[in-house]
This record gives sequence, structure tokens and C-alpha cells, in this order.
Amino acid sequence: MKKKKKGLVISNKVWLLISLGAALVLWYLLSIGSKTHRSFPFVDKVIPAVKTMIDRGAFWADISNSLLCVFAGFSLGFATSLPIAFLMAWYTPIQKIIEPWINFIRNIPALGYAPLIVITFGVGAKPAIILIWICTFMTMSITIYQGIKNIDTTILKAARVLGANDFHIFVKVICPATVPFIITAVRLGLSAALTTLLAAESTGAQNGIGMRIRSLATAFDAPPMLMYIILLGIIGLILVKFVDIIERKLTGWQEKI
Amino acid sequence: MAGENLIKLKIDNVYKEYEGRNGKTVALNGVNLDIKENEFICVVGPSGCGKSTLLNIIAGLLEPTSGDVYLDGKKIEGTGVERGVVFQGYALFPWRTVLKNVMFGLEIKKIPKAEAEQIARKYIKAVGLEGFENAYPKELSGGMRQRVAIARAYAVNPEVLLLDEPFGALDAQTRVQLQTELLNTWEHEKKTCFFITHDVDEAIILAQRVIIMSARPGRIKKIVDIDIPYPRTQAIKSDPRFLELKTEIWNEVYQEFLEVRK
Repeated sequence: MKKKKKGLVISNKVWLLISLGAALVLWYLLSIGSKTHRSFPFVDKVIPAVKTMIDRGAFWADISNSLLCVFAGFSLGFATSLPIAFLMAWYTPIQKIIEPWINFIRNIPALGYAPLIVITFGVGAKPAIILIWICTFMTMSITIYQGIKNIDTTILKAARVLGANDFHIFVKVICPATVPFIITAVRLGLSAALTTLLAAESTGAQNGIGMRIRSLATAFDAPPMLMYIILLGIIGLILVKFVDIIERKLTGWQEKI
Repeated sequence: MAGENLIKLKIDNVYKEYEGRNGKTVALNGVNLDIKENEFICVVGPSGCGKSTLLNIIAGLLEPTSGDVYLDGKKIEGTGVERGVVFQGYALFPWRTVLKNVMFGLEIKKIPKAEAEQIARKYIKAVGLEGFENAYPKELSGGMRQRVAIARAYAVNPEVLLLDEPFGALDAQTRVQLQTELLNTWEHEKKTCFFITHDVDEAIILAQRVIIMSARPGRIKKIVDIDIPYPRTQAIKSDPRFLELKTEIWNEVYQEFLEVRK
């Protein structure tokens, strides 16, 4: 095939740089716009904001507090959604009773019921963790449950005719077949944990990225606020990359469409 | 051989109905059939004639509404390793390599690992997949996947092999190749085979007896003895006897097909 076009081949890294450049241009335009310059100070003001916040003694405490809430809430959500998802898939009555409520609560923004958690559990990290737990639990239990339900029934039959009993089917077929869905659930769960962070830290947290964004907003202190918003995005990206690596390790056998 | 005329499988007045939205559907209406030990049976019939239902009942994956299936004179209950199944959709475990797929049944039988691996390798070789032991199903073609499924079924050494249109999804060349291989394997290591197909050529090449089923409700319409000696190759397709049998079976199947169309 000689006719194959030998056009310019751009590597992914170069694409990334181009995309970054485009974003910077857009950002710069926003920073000089008459209506947008207040809320979008340019890089030269945002990066020094890191130092400002470190000097104020808030930066590291904010990050560690938020990460603690995210990971604690997410871990609790993961640890509880897994057995519940399996129970729902295995015993129809459990699914019939629980699933409608998960779907019901899932659509209510966490910010809406955050006050209920504060009234019950007081202020601080505890209600924040509980809120993230609730949100991640609902997202992950539904995702894992749907995954188990969608396992190809012929492989269950194949296992059955090869002599597998219920225990074998669970350990040797359902569990490995569910791994891709568990990873998808982790992905969605982490994302839910981050998006719930703002609501979670509205529960009177002392430190935290979400809490800081709100307090800086009331003070109209745009550069550090924008820095924190970008920081949230960066944390999200790092978590996604992390899940990607795990996924490649665990589900390399999967057929990609 | 002494065991040649023993009845291996007895299908005794099997009746099966499904409860559907539009009331009851009778899938099988009194099916009776005796299958001899090591016999190769092919079942043909239009879609919806209940042939897969019958296979699933023999496998123990479905229960008949009434009637029974006997294996060596004993009534079957549920599934059992003495009845292996090869599915049309391959049904391989995608997270397991070829070797691990074939070893699945042996693991469940608690056969020591080294021995299980040896048995698995033997059957992987028998189906011509040597060198692919560590490949995952996604890396294999349809024909290769079905070979893995056949090796996996053979590895647990079942007495009866139930094959549900195993080559139905394959292209014509691969299908012919797998037919030849299956015949070879069967002649080397005899099993009672119950093979469902909608391909009349395939049925005649493989079977000693071809069972023609009628549509809705499914019943056995006719049984045709295939009196062409083994070993058979694809060359018999030009044999006058082959063509005679093909015409006979095809006419019966076609009538049923027209019935379904009505």
C-alpha cells in the first residue's frame, strides 16, 4: 500500500502540549476581559497563591484534610457497597427492598441533605466522611450490582456443566467476571467523592479544599480560589491515572470494542 | 464391541412447556429417543422446534414439565460432569488463558495441578492449539475459541457430549475444518455425541443417525440412518448416497420450515 498518507504524525505528548497551550490562551483572554478578569486572574497571580496559602498555614492542612475525607469516605463506601451489591444480585428480596431507595437518594444533591448529617453527627470531619460514604456507596453499589446482573449467563451454565457448585460459581466465575465492573465503580466512586467534597465540607470543617474555596469566595480573593479549583482538578486527574494503572493490571484479558 | 448396543441415553416421553405472556407454549411434545453408547446423533430442525430445549434438558440445565431422561438407566437430576456441553457462543472464561480454561473442570474435580495441566495440554494439542496455551480468548479467532471449548469439554472426560450448534457462528471453511477435527477426536476417543445443527451437510457428515424434528410443538418427525462408513471426509459430499440422504433430509426439514412460516 503505497498510497497511504504520510501526513504529519503528532505524538500524544505533543497533543497534550497543544491542548495545554490552547487552554492557556483562553485563560489569558479571560484574564484581560473586562467582565471576567476579576474571577480569572492569570497564571502569574495564581501560582504565587500557593505560597500565600502555605504562608497562611492553610495549604497542606487543606489538602490533607480533604484527602483524608475523600479516602475515608470512599473506603467505607467501597467496603459496604461490595457486599450489598452481591447480596442484591444473589437475593431478589434484598434488591427489591434496597434498590429503589438507592436510586431515590442518589438523585438528591448531597448538599441538600448535608444539614441532616450535621444535625445528627455534629460538625467536623465525621459528617464530611459520612456524607462522602453515602454518595460513593450509592454510586458503587448500583454499578457493581448492574455488572453482576449483566454477567453472560452462558458462562455460568458452562461452569455448571463442568461440575461447579454455587460456591465455585461465586469464587471462580462471578468474582473474576465482576472485576471490570468493580473498577468502573471505583472510577465513578472516586469521582463522586470529589464532587461531594464541597457539600461535605460545608458541614463546618476547619480545613479542606472545599471549605477553603467557599471562604475565599466570600472574601473575593480570586487567585487562591482559582488555584484551589485547579488543584481539585489535578487531584481528580491523578486518581483517574491511578485507576487506569490498576485496570490495566487486572483486566488486560478484557475484550475492548 | 460389547457395549456397542447398550442404551446410553434414554429420552422418555419428554414434554416441556413455557409460561409466556401469551399463555402456554409447548416446546416439546412427547419426545422419545434411545441413544446407544458412543453413538453420534445429529438433530436438525427449523428454529423454534425445541432442539436446544431438548439439549438443555439432557444437560440438566432445564427441567422437563413431564417425562424423564435416563443415563445408563438412571434418571438424571440437574447437571453432571458425565454430560459435557459445547455451546454455540463458546462460553469461555475471558479472564482465563486457554490452558486455564481447559483446566477449569479439572480444578473443580480437585485433580492435582500438575496432573490437571498434563491432561489439559493433551487436549489442547488434540484440538491443534499447541503454542496458544497462554493466550487469552480475546486473542483467538472464533474457530480457535470453539476448539478451546471442545478441549475443555473433553478434558473432564464426559461420557456424553452435548453440542448446541457449536459451529453455527463460524465461516464455512472453519466449519468444515472443525467438523473433520471433531470426527477425528471422536474416532480416537469415542463418546456419545448429541449434536444440534441446522446444516444438513454437517449432520450427514458427522452422524450415524440424523433426527429430524418438527416445529411447534417439537416432536421427532423422522430418524434417518446414515449408512456411509467411517472414517468420513468432506469428499463424501459428492457420493451419490450422500446426495440421496441430503435430498431426503432436506425435504423433510423444508416442509417443517414452511410450517413455521405459516
